[in-house]
Amino acid sequence: MDIHALQQIVHQTRDARRKQTFSKLSPADRDQLIHKYHPDFRESAFRPLRFGPNVGDKTAIELATLLEGDSSVTDGFDLTPDYTTDVLVVGGGGAGCAAALHAHTAGAKVMLATKLRLGDSNSVMAQGGMQISVAPEDSPVTHFVDTLKGGHMQNDHQLLKVMVEEGPSIAKWLLSLGVLFDRDGDGNLHVKKGGGSSKPRLLTCSDYTGLEIMRVLKDEVLNQDIQLLEFCAAVELTSDENGNCTGAIFKDLDNHRNVVVAAKSVILATGGIGRLHIQGFPTSNHYGATGDGLCLSYRLGAKLVHIDTFQYHPSGAVYPEQLIGALVTEGIRSEGGHLVNAKGERFVDELDTRDVVSASIIRECEEGRGIRTMSGRVGVWLDTPLLDVAQGPGTMKKHFPAMMLQFERFNIDISKDPVLIFPTLHYQNGGVKIDTNSETNVKNLFVAGEASGGLHGRNRLMGNSLLDLMVFGKRSGLAAAARAASMLQGTLTVGHLKGFRAEAKKHGRVSGVVSPMILPPYTRKE
Amino acid sequence: MAQEDKENIIDQPEVLRHKMVTVEIAGKKYEVPEGITIIKALWYSGQEVVRGAGCLGGFCGACAAYYRTKDDPKVRTCLACQMAVQDGMSITMMPPFPARKATYDIRTLKDPKQDLFNLYPEAPLCRNCNACTEACPQKIDVREGVWKAVFGDFKSVSEMFMDCVMCGLCTPVCIADIAPNLVALYVSRAQGAHFTEKPVGLDIRINEIQDGRFNDEWTKLLKMNEKELTDHCATVK
Ligand SMILES: Cc1cc2nc3c(=O)[nH]c(=O)nc-3n(C[C@H](O)[C@H](O)[C@H](O)COP(=O)(O)OP(=O)(O)OC[C@H]3O[C@@H](n4cnc5c(N)ncnc54)[C@H](O)[C@@H]3O)c2cc1C
Ligand code: SF4
Ligand code: SF4
Ligand code: FES
Repeated sequence: MDIHALQQIVHQTRDARRKQTFSKLSPADRDQLIHKYHPDFRESAFRPLRFGPNVGDKTAIELATLLEGDSSVTDGFDLTPDYTTDVLVVGGGGAGCAAALHAHTAGAKVMLATKLRLGDSNSVMAQGGMQISVAPEDSPVTHFVDTLKGGHMQNDHQLLKVMVEEGPSIAKWLLSLGVLFDRDGDGNLHVKKGGGSSKPRLLTCSDYTGLEIMRVLKDEVLNQDIQLLEFCAAVELTSDENGNCTGAIFKDLDNHRNVVVAAKSVILATGGIGRLHIQGFPTSNHYGATGDGLCLSYRLGAKLVHIDTFQYHPSGAVYPEQLIGALVTEGIRSEGGHLVNAKGERFVDELDTRDVVSASIIRECEEGRGIRTMSGRVGVWLDTPLLDVAQGPGTMKKHFPAMMLQFERFNIDISKDPVLIFPTLHYQNGGVKIDTNSETNVKNLFVAGEASGGLHGRNRLMGNSLLDLMVFGKRSGLAAAARAASMLQGTLTVGHLKGFRAEAKKHGRVSGVVSPMILPPYTRKE
Repeated sequence: MAQEDKENIIDQPEVLRHKMVTVEIAGKKYEVPEGITIIKALWYSGQEVVRGAGCLGGFCGACAAYYRTKDDPKVRTCLACQMAVQDGMSITMMPPFPARKATYDIRTLKDPKQDLFNLYPEAPLCRNCNACTEACPQKIDVREGVWKAVFGDFKSVSEMFMDCVMCGLCTPVCIADIAPNLVALYVSRAQGAHFTEKPVGLDIRINEIQDGRFNDEWTKLLKMNEKELTDHCATVK
């Protein structure tokens, strides 16, 4: 049967479904659902780390292998710095740009080094929006509570309080730089309701929120006196005799030379892990989302947290084949789009948290109520035409231009035809453990954004990441700049590798890989 | 696992056929599976891709490319991560183009509409050739945007260029050496920073936080033990 024939059931059942209401699952039912179907609970996909700061903690096998991997830096490596700076920011996404800008404003000499071009990142792709409690009926406290619930009560309270309280001033900062958030008729910021949130709290720039913020921040970085190193991937950090961070070693991907940067502090803003394709899942992440920052921090002795939990976004595209894993924004569900199985039934409150919705989609598919493609992929329908039916023709086009265009390129009109979706590997809930200045347990090593952990607990609430980037990008930038003013540059060694390698050897160097990965190995070998 | 109901299957021509097609990448011929994206075709043909790939999702503009389909003289533009290959296609990735970006401090501009002419003096020299519009993979009416910018309609420009992924495909084609995307970026930022109403509600909230309006609630909440906190959270719907 072709896709159009299969889609008919969605059209036929639409009116009946619209009358249906869905009650939220009880906490016990949610737990049960997640334990049974969420990929985080597939025991065989995890293993304990054999050594290092998180010895004994479980994580996904793909990540464990890299964390225990060896450094490419060998003995006798020439550590003479090519550059010297106060603050070295690694990563050119939202967290990196925010960190660099704030450190620069605070008077520090700043260098930003990134693996691809400035801005080539997950941040440009954020479509759903950014959570900030600006509505009168909302408050930072409610934002805190919603996030805590979403994170299964495991969030770091201090980090979370800082994030929700600084949100509004971040919005003001972005507005002052020219970010065009959607507005209400009275000029106030328009807020949308996001999955797992009790109040409308999502600030948006149509469905280009991340792109709009990044266009502005990138431009701002280029306008300032911030030194930029593009196509340079960090492959190791340097430390002094006390184990404090003193800089980083990069590989220039254009000419394959090494670049050594001495810095009083390093801010890692290297983002997530989607391209590790944990458990074979497709991903919504950018080309460079290979968890590099985790490997670098881990070797230097920084402790990681919540590395056994990953977020699978409920709606990754399953069809057409070219868009596998690409995100179909949650905004569509926020505006009332139904999830529908092969029998034409809804099966979950579409606005429940991501882990619950993803688990329920996996349940439908495992129990035979999914729609299967010939390439062996399974999915359920997202009823996108419902939005035009409910809110008037043109709604999809107006509210989701990016989404419409993405499918149009493959001759699919998602305002007329539903979309086939399945969970896609989307976000690393945990990461390097940080304090409220975004600093790790390794002195002068800061981590900001998706690479850090603790804030989101065991499940990040939609829209909280963009805020996380801005708040902790800022905090890391300010703290690092303040520190730089009153300290001397430490010596550059890779002494920390000695201990790490000794440990690895004791465990038979089982990992057998060199990390970080830098780019996924997609190039086909003969 | 997945149900065996044979009725419930989508046939995807590109998967079913497993057909190989011949494409020309930077002048060399390769056999690749039909229907994969251009970026995947690069990987398939054994090329290490560093420049030319970023988000892989159609948002970052890193993968700007030119292509021509069989027997058609027309060279078109696309985002390589969003374009499927077909038999006889010729493809070349766009090299980085040295367009000039003006630098400015957006917040302290005195007269942003006039400043446009100092920052981008070439903007009013548009010769209406429309090549930029034809080059835009995001289907933006770029030429119209340049004119609107010059005539001071910053609001329209900011709306028109919300889809701009900064791929830069509109710049090498310009016979007046305008970088329309950079002009539009300046204009959009100026629109946001200078010509958009300040949201009153936001300042009220910032003041509330500064004045400690939520302090009692915080104290209460942060004193709770795990059980109390869980119960409290359950009451917020
Ligand atoms: C498709 C998609 C949609 C999303 N939608 C939303 C949303 O609507 N709302 C929301 O709040 N969140 C959303 N998220 C999540 C959010 O966008 C990300 O978590 C966030 O952008 C991460 O920002 P970051 O700055 O930490 O990392 P990134 O933006 O990923 O940037 C990391 C940077 O580090 C660079 N880098 C990596 N390794 C190295 C290295 N070894 N050396 C040098 N540089 C390196 C990368 O190239 C990149 O430039 C979405 C994510 C995706 C993928
Ligand atoms: S306006 Fe120019 S830079 Fe922007 S998307 Fe179109 S071609 Fe690319
Ligand atoms: S390409 Fe240049 S000259 Fe031609 S219409 Fe566009 S901006 Fe004007
Ligand atoms: S890789 Fe980002 S748009 Fe294609």
